[in-house]
Amino acid sequence: MAKNNKKFDINRRKFLLAATSATGAVGVCALGVPFVSSMSPSEKAKAAGAPVEFDVSQVPSGEIKTAEWRGQPVWIFNRTEKMLSTLSDKKILTDPESKSPQQPKNCQNATRSIKPNLLVMVGICTHLGCSPTPKLKNGGEMGNNWEGGFFCPCHGSKFDLAGRVYKGSPAPTNLVIPPYRYSDDKTIIIGESEPKKG
Amino acid sequence: MKKDINKQDKSTGLMGWVDERFPLSSFIKNHLTEYYAPKNFNFWYFFGALALFVFVVQILTGIFLTMYYKPDASQAFASVEFIMRDVSFGWLIRYMHSTGASLFFVVIYLHMFRGLMYGSYQKPRELLWLFGVAIFLLLMAEAFFGYLLPWGQMSYWGAQVIVNLFATIPFIGPDLAEWVRGDYLVSDATLNRFFAFHVIALPLALAGLIMCHLVALHEVGSNNPDGVEIKNLKDKKTGIPLDGIPFHPYYTVKDLIGLSVFLIVFASIIFFAPEMGGYFLEANNFVPADPLVTPSHIAPVWYFTPFYSILRAVPPIFGSQFPGVAAMGLSVLIFFFIPWLDRSKVRSIRYKGILYKKWLAAFVISFIVLGYLGTVPSNIWGQFSSTIPLLGGLDVATFFARIFTLVYFLFFIMMPFYSKKDVTKKVPKRVTMR
Repeated sequence: MAKNNKKFDINRRKFLLAATSATGAVGVCALGVPFVSSMSPSEKAKAAGAPVEFDVSQVPSGEIKTAEWRGQPVWIFNRTEKMLSTLSDKKILTDPESKSPQQPKNCQNATRSIKPNLLVMVGICTHLGCSPTPKLKNGGEMGNNWEGGFFCPCHGSKFDLAGRVYKGSPAPTNLVIPPYRYSDDKTIIIGESEPKKG
Repeated sequence: MKKDINKQDKSTGLMGWVDERFPLSSFIKNHLTEYYAPKNFNFWYFFGALALFVFVVQILTGIFLTMYYKPDASQAFASVEFIMRDVSFGWLIRYMHSTGASLFFVVIYLHMFRGLMYGSYQKPRELLWLFGVAIFLLLMAEAFFGYLLPWGQMSYWGAQVIVNLFATIPFIGPDLAEWVRGDYLVSDATLNRFFAFHVIALPLALAGLIMCHLVALHEVGSNNPDGVEIKNLKDKKTGIPLDGIPFHPYYTVKDLIGLSVFLIVFASIIFFAPEMGGYFLEANNFVPADPLVTPSHIAPVWYFTPFYSILRAVPPIFGSQFPGVAAMGLSVLIFFFIPWLDRSKVRSIRYKGILYKKWLAAFVISFIVLGYLGTVPSNIWGQFSSTIPLLGGLDVATFFARIFTLVYFLFFIMMPFYSKKDVTKKVPKRVTMR
C-alpha cells in the first residue's frame, strides 16, 4: 500500500475534491432558486395588486369611505374645514413635517394630500399592521384633549386627522399615504403616481 | 462486553429471526432494559416523557384533522366549523389538538425549568441542551403556523403582526415579509404555505430533532436532581452504575403514573374547559378573518405572551421597530448560550448557593409577569400622572414590562458573574434519596 500511495498527488486530490464540492454547491444553490422564488407573490397576486379607481364624490363631508387596494383598506377621508384647522397643533406629533418617506412627494404638505380636504391613506398601523379605528369627534372616550384622529386598538398608537403619529405611541412613523392621482375631478386612481410633467 | 451479553441469551424463534436481520433485541436492551438511569428522579423528570407523548397526540389528531380541513382562505373557517359540528367526534379530535398545543408548551416550559434547576445543560450535556432549545424554537414556529389555519380574526391578525416583525429588519425587511406571505397581505397564499409548514415541514424536522435529542441523551445519560454523575461509580463486576436502575421497567412504570395524572388534566380541559376562558382558544377566533377590520384587542396565545411582552416593552429607536423585534428574538435565542454562561462548579440547585436561587426566582417571576402582561392591553393599569418626571404619561404596565424585561435578560447576562461568585455546597459522591 505504501508504495502505491506515492503515486497519488495529494494536492491534486484535494483540489479535485474542493472543485467538485464547489461545483456541487453552486448546483444546489441554483436548484434552490426556483423553490425560493416560488414563494414570492404569484402573477395572480401581483395582478390583484393593480391600481384601483375610486369615485371620491360619493364621500360626504366629514366622513370616511374605504377602498381596497392590494388587500389593504385605503381610507378616502373628506375632511371638513374644522377638521383641517386641528392640524396646526404640532407639539404632540413625532413627525409633524412628514419628513420620513411615508407619502409620495406631492403629499408632503400640511394636510398630507393633493387636494387639502381629501385625505387618501392606507388604514394600517405603522406599528405592526393592525387597522386603526377612526375617532373623529373630539373629546369623549379619548379624553378631553383629543381633537379627533385615529386610534389603533392593538397597542394604543394615536394619529391626528392627517394620519400623523402622536409622540409616545408605539408606532414609529406616520400612516402611509399610497401613491394616487386624479384622473378627473371626481375620480382618483390608487396605486398610480401622477405622471411627471414635462 | 455488549457482544458477550448478546451471545449469552441469544433470542430464538421469531425474535431470533428478526435479530439476525435487524438489531431489535440489542436496541431494546441498549435503550430500555439495560439503559441505566439515576435512581433518584423526582417529579420534574416526568415532563420529557410527557412531551414525547403530547407530540404523538398532536401528530395523530393532526392527521385526522387534515382529512377534513381545507387550506383555502374561502373555505378554511367553514371547514373547521364543519369538523366541530358535523364530523363524528370531530369536536373531540380538534379539542385534543388545540388543548394538546397549549399543554405541549406547559410541559416543555416545566421540562426547561427542570434543566435550569438541576444544571442539565452543563458538560457533557451541552449538545443535548442545544437540541432541546432548537426543538423549542421549531415548536414555537409550528404553533404559530398552526394558529393561522382556523382563519379566524385572531389567526389572521396574529399572523399579520408576526409576519410584519420581519418587515422591521433593516434593508431586506419589507421584501422578506412579502416573500414569507407570498402576497402583499396575509392571504390565501399565506394560508396554503403555512399549512404546508405546519403539517409536513416542521413535524418532520421536529421528529428528527427529537430523535437527536434522545440519541444525545442516551449517549451522555440522564442528569438527576443531585447533579451527580452516576457513571463515575460503577459496580466492578457488572459495569452497571451503582446509582442506576434500568429504564424499563422502573421508569416506564413510573412514567405511566405521571401519564395517568397528566391524562386526567388533559381530559378535564378537553371536556370541561376546551377554550380555557379564552387562553387556549381566543374568543375573537370564532369570527372569520377579515383583512379590513382589526379586532379591538390583539393578544397572542398565552405561551407566546412573555416574548410578546418583551416586544412591546422595547420602545422604537430612531423610528424603527427593529430593536423590539431583536430583543424578542434574543429572549428566545439566549437559551442556546446557557451552557457557556453558567460557570458554577456544581450542577444542581441543591448545592448551588443563594445567588443562583435568587436569580432563578427573579427569572421565573419576570417570565410569569411578562406572560400575564402580554395577555392584556398595555393601558390595563392606567398611566402615570403627567406630574411625575420621566415617567409622566407612560403606561404603568409598560413600565413594569420594561423592568421585568431587564430582569429577564440580566438573569442570562449576569450568569457568568453570579454563578462564579456563588458559594456552593459540597456535592455528595452518591445520589441522595429524599
